[in-house]
Amino acid sequence: MSKSINLTLKVWRQKGPGVKGRLETYHAGNISTDMSFLEMIDVINEQLTKDGKEPIAFDHDCREGICGTCGCVVNGRAHGPEAGTTLCQLHMRHFDDGDTVVVEPWRSRAFKVIKDLIVDRSAFDKLIQAGGFVSVNTGGAQDANAILIPAEVAEEAMDAAQCIGCGACVASCPNASAMLFVGAKVSQLALLPQGKPEAAKRVNTMVRTMDALGFGNCTNERECEAECPKEISITHIARMNREFLKAGLTAGEK
Amino acid sequence: MTLDAKIPGGPVAEKWDRHRFELKLVNPANKRKFTVIVVGSGLAGGSAAASLAELGYDVKCFCIQDSPRRAHSIAAQGGINAAKNYPNDGDSIWRLFYDTVKGGDFRAREANVYRLAQVSNNIIDQCVAQGIPFARDYGGLLANRSFGGAQVSRTFYARGQTGQQLLLGCYSALSRQIGLGKVAMFTRREMLELVVVNDRARGIITRNLINGDIESHAADAVVLATGGYGNVFFLSTNAMGSNVTAAYRAHKKGAFFGNPCFTQIHPTCIPVHGTYQSKLTLMSESLRNDGRVWVPKNPGDKRPPHQIPESERNYYLEEKYPSFGNLVPRDVASRNAKEQCDHGKGVGDTGLAVYLDFADAIKRDGHDVIAKKYGNLFQMYAKITADNPYETPMMIYPAVHYTMGGLWVDYNLMSTVDGLFVLGEANFSDHGANRLGASALMQGLADGYFVLPYTIGGYLAGITPAQVGTGHQAFKDATQATKERIHKLLTINGNRTVDDIHRELGLIMWDYCGMGRKDDGLKLARTKIQALREEFWENVNVPGSDKDLNQSLERAGRVADFLEFGELMVVDALHRRESCGGHFNEAFQTEENEALRDDANFCYVAAWQYQDTDKDPVLHKEPLNFENVELTQRSYK
Ligand SMILES: Cc1cc2nc3c(=O)[nH]c(=O)nc-3n(C[C@H](O)[C@H](O)[C@H](O)COP(=O)(O)OP(=O)(O)OC[C@H]3O[C@@H](n4cnc5c(N)ncnc54)[C@H](O)[C@@H]3O)c2cc1C
Ligand code: FES
Repeated sequence: MSKSINLTLKVWRQKGPGVKGRLETYHAGNISTDMSFLEMIDVINEQLTKDGKEPIAFDHDCREGICGTCGCVVNGRAHGPEAGTTLCQLHMRHFDDGDTVVVEPWRSRAFKVIKDLIVDRSAFDKLIQAGGFVSVNTGGAQDANAILIPAEVAEEAMDAAQCIGCGACVASCPNASAMLFVGAKVSQLALLPQGKPEAAKRVNTMVRTMDALGFGNCTNERECEAECPKEISITHIARMNREFLKAGLTAGEK
Repeated sequence: MTLDAKIPGGPVAEKWDRHRFELKLVNPANKRKFTVIVVGSGLAGGSAAASLAELGYDVKCFCIQDSPRRAHSIAAQGGINAAKNYPNDGDSIWRLFYDTVKGGDFRAREANVYRLAQVSNNIIDQCVAQGIPFARDYGGLLANRSFGGAQVSRTFYARGQTGQQLLLGCYSALSRQIGLGKVAMFTRREMLELVVVNDRARGIITRNLINGDIESHAADAVVLATGGYGNVFFLSTNAMGSNVTAAYRAHKKGAFFGNPCFTQIHPTCIPVHGTYQSKLTLMSESLRNDGRVWVPKNPGDKRPPHQIPESERNYYLEEKYPSFGNLVPRDVASRNAKEQCDHGKGVGDTGLAVYLDFADAIKRDGHDVIAKKYGNLFQMYAKITADNPYETPMMIYPAVHYTMGGLWVDYNLMSTVDGLFVLGEANFSDHGANRLGASALMQGLADGYFVLPYTIGGYLAGITPAQVGTGHQAFKDATQATKERIHKLLTINGNRTVDDIHRELGLIMWDYCGMGRKDDGLKLARTKIQALREEFWENVNVPGSDKDLNQSLERAGRVADFLEFGELMVVDALHRRESCGGHFNEAFQTEENEALRDDANFCYVAAWQYQDTDKDPVLHKEPLNFENVELTQRSYK
């Protein structure tokens, strides 16, 4: 059943990178519980615009939990209170009338704030550029069914491949580590025969790049797994660590 | 100007081979002297940029998102077609070709569709080689499922996230080339102008969405892969940033627009529930493999679904179309849902919904099998509606989803501006008046991986590299025009927000140029759009500065283009005195309320040439010849 609630929002406003930001308070009145969290911000932004003020800048695109563009820390939790849910898929029915809601950008050394709730996640792209691929050019691939892959293996690879690259794992980790993000890609390609030839090189360059980009280390806090909107398991970090060890043993072929 | 589609001679099955042989080649050592701009990093743009860089061209790729991985293609759910015939159920290149031409209601170019079917198999091979984890059966072979408009199972899928997996595959190939320094990637950039010099595309003007810089980029050819224009309706299943701007700006510089009124309304979306709503969510067509569509037999029956006995339910698709049943093409399924609701049989609070029921499938296959096939879709539905589709039927209603129209291109995917190529949803080419499910992913990747890399070589081989630089007057003029437009938008200081005006435009388009069109309504829509456009330029309020990240300004520019483009859609819809596929004019229907084509007079592509905002566009016709598939009234009975 749809109903309306009133909320007090405290939203991080920051004019640009390097500039000091602060929390500003807004009243969100008459919010339908069927709205998504982002639709609620739309409503506030419409009002701000009408009042001659600058609306809150926030990243979003698909609004169905798959592009990985959206994401903020809501009341201290990446993507808000619901497990396995991106911010755009979070509905206002999970809040109560009278709640105060604090909305902040991802905080991490590797993700600088660009404006308000928008951060720079290009470090993720650099990680993939370092080795998150199979080196095959277009054309010349053999028949798709020539490679047999047991259904369980394909499913497990898919569990890892589901990562939407939103950055919640980094934002929720006390060390701002990107291990879940990198682990998911390394694990996906390590599980599949197509990824095997480059496995050692891949894990080495990706891990080295991760360190160079300013991401922290993994100390098994498991916050990433808890906040990942796609519920990607930290077993993929374990698989990456095994791959890394294996790669060390065959270090000659870097 | 006559439209020459440059279709190669010979039998349809041999055209592409023959053409590839006849195309001029660029010597491998010379490729790096040519710069190619690719605007868009979705399936079409991403695959093109990666493949061109692999060949040795110097590539610059642009997208509006913060990463190429976030293009709207990521949201595709259901799957991708290919004529592999792995299930041994009678599929072939010829059948995929035939189904697609028929599904498009005979308004697509045969030669292009045949080529699409031919390369479909290479796409699957390529994707598997990249490490895309498609669904497999227990023997380790690839699994398939069925989609609308086909009686074979030819759709490959990765759970309900096929677009994501295909795009991430393509993004990984692109990332590899970025890492190798072969592609310069420009994220958070919006193309705002095409630069044309002596009738050739020579570059683009972009806005840096972070700091507002207006930048010039020169190249030897420009490739647009900027997606579809569904957001002209405001509410659609497209991502919020999807827009017509790049395509429309090119249209204003001489690229003809093909069949703009051919839009696809997808039958299975979550119904509209509030005025604050920002987008509509698709429930993949793959659900119609197992879900049964029904409404109550009696109009106004407001009982909850489980209280309505079998005898009082109308499974209208199964009854009306016994051989395709729930898997009729989208236009047919959508129109029938509207018809049921128009008769007062719609369900839910608004009466604008029909049921999609899984009870029988769950009884037959068990909860776990259904969860494995559609788990994430069911979860998405539950999140949005707070209903559990395992227990109660889903409620669905048609929503704007895809645009078959787009910039006109010839067989080489080149537009009417030399050196401007258009790929993916942004072109008009392969789907006629209605696209079949799982064929947009196929087309985007076909264009980018397997067609453009050949055809662009044919063009580049005929020109000298790097003839025009950004110092050319044309770049200065285009930059100036862009700046003036932005200045204008920021200084109107009116009373209405951009979204408010966009929403109104969307309603006009939906009411008059949506599922059922009428001459009166279309005429009225045209005057309403003109008035709204005038109001926009006098009364819109765009806060903020041009030297900054300014999302209101971004949206304002896009809505300004939608306000011109919407009128072109209406003009196109009015001129087409027939119904076909997604274009249904109520004056032209069969006795059974199916679309009634007029092949004697309208068997052509309508390609519109821009004149001026105040002048009517000029219509050019590309006649369509059907030499391989017989023109018939489509039947899915
Ligand atoms: C919810 C949903 C589900 C779908 N499911 C399926 C399915 O199961 N099977 C299927 O075959 N099809 C499906 N489709 C259709 C299919 O996803 C799209 O048609 C296809 O992905 C479009 O790809 P594209 O590369 O042409 O464009 P897009 O993926 O839309 O990419 C456009 C690119 O252009 C860039 N761009 C746009 N404008 C500008 C500009 N002005 N300046 C710079 N860059 C710009 C964007 O940043 C983006 O990178 C689905 C569509 C939707 C909405
Ligand atoms: S907007 Fe795409 S995941 Fe939220």
